[in-house]
Amino acid sequence: MSEEFKVEIVNPEKSFLVKDDVSEVVVPAFEGEMGILKDHISIISFLKPGIIKILSKSGDENYYVEDGIVEFKNNNLSILTSTIFNLDDMDKSKHQDLLKQAEVEANKTDINDQSKYLADQKVEVLKTLN
Amino acid sequence: MASLDDLKKRIASVKSTQKITKAMKMVAAAKLRRAQESAEKGRPYSEKMNNVILNLSNGISDKENAPKLLSGTGQEKTHLCVVMTSDRGLCGGFNSNIIKKAKSYFAKILDEGKELKIITVGSKGNDQLKRVYGDKIIENISFKESKNANYFDADKVGKMVIEKFEVGEFDVCTIFYNQFKNVITQIPQAQQIIPLNNEGEETSSEESYEFEPDEDEILSNLLPKNISTQIFKAMLENSASEQGSRMSAMDNATRNAGEMVDKLTIEYNRSRQAAITKELIEIISGAESL
Repeated sequence: MSEEFKVEIVNPEKSFLVKDDVSEVVVPAFEGEMGILKDHISIISFLKPGIIKILSKSGDENYYVEDGIVEFKNNNLSILTSTIFNLDDMDKSKHQDLLKQAEVEANKTDINDQSKYLADQKVEVLKTLN
Repeated sequence: MASLDDLKKRIASVKSTQKITKAMKMVAAAKLRRAQESAEKGRPYSEKMNNVILNLSNGISDKENAPKLLSGTGQEKTHLCVVMTSDRGLCGGFNSNIIKKAKSYFAKILDEGKELKIITVGSKGNDQLKRVYGDKIIENISFKESKNANYFDADKVGKMVIEKFEVGEFDVCTIFYNQFKNVITQIPQAQQIIPLNNEGEETSSEESYEFEPDEDEILSNLLPKNISTQIFKAMLENSASEQGSRMSAMDNATRNAGEMVDKLTIEYNRSRQAAITKELIEIISGAESL
């Protein structure tokens, strides 16, 4: 029996990625990283800034996301996100830009706890990528 | 009757107008293709988003405490209308159709004695509305500098709407835009986005989801995103409609100019012939009198 399922990543502009030979996906869910395998129970959760890891036969892929929603149902994983970058395509300058933006955001004082937390997360994740 | 010289000038001017409209038509056609493509590409996102929200709102147990973006404030006193139009003219009835639709809605609301607030997106809508509803317009946004509709802009509008909702500036929010059906048909739409009404749409799946964290938290996180998504969808539809509408308008203009050139040419030929005939008659009668 195959252990593969389908993953689909969409952002508002287009369907970002469709893959149907995925064996495992690790997503940065709001309450911690979550690994999803085939026949996982139906779940809806949302993402915090972090790295999506997609493991498949044709190779592993890593994506950086800032927010989003994941839905898993009938062995279909849908990830909706507005900001996503393939780590392989991300060069130093892009990375620095994002980090700078995140740091500015994190240093704002007039934001609520949740956005503060998210901004801190962004900084943290981007720093580890360096 | 106009002299031959005048006719000649008019023909030349109509011909150059025709050239311009023809060029505009081609540009619109090229842009339309791109806009249509991105409208189609954007569809999965908003559909998925809708699905998830539908699943969630069906699963929510406590309707009383549901987030306000979903269930509304419990009253319908103040209406906010987001009227989305283009920044550029010469696109046929595109803008007027949206405005017409919006105006009839405004009249209905005011008749019912409710309060009305307007946000215009795109400068053409603002131009047309400010004469009559100038005091109701609370915000005017235009994205002249961005070439294509992008999510970032939509998000800005969405955030603004949500901010206003949270401080209680309005109870119901409706967006007006043109839905792209095909090049000749664009349907002006009024879509209510706050509170979300998903009547008549029931998900067939009885499957229960696991939520992490709980439903309420996901919903309150998701609903604001949905507002931006809906606005973005409207922007995409709008830009495709605008180009389509401009294309058919310019096509008509080109054809009309062609007809006009034909008519003027005939008139020109006639009057030239008349002048020749007149001269001939003069010569002949002069010769006869000798």
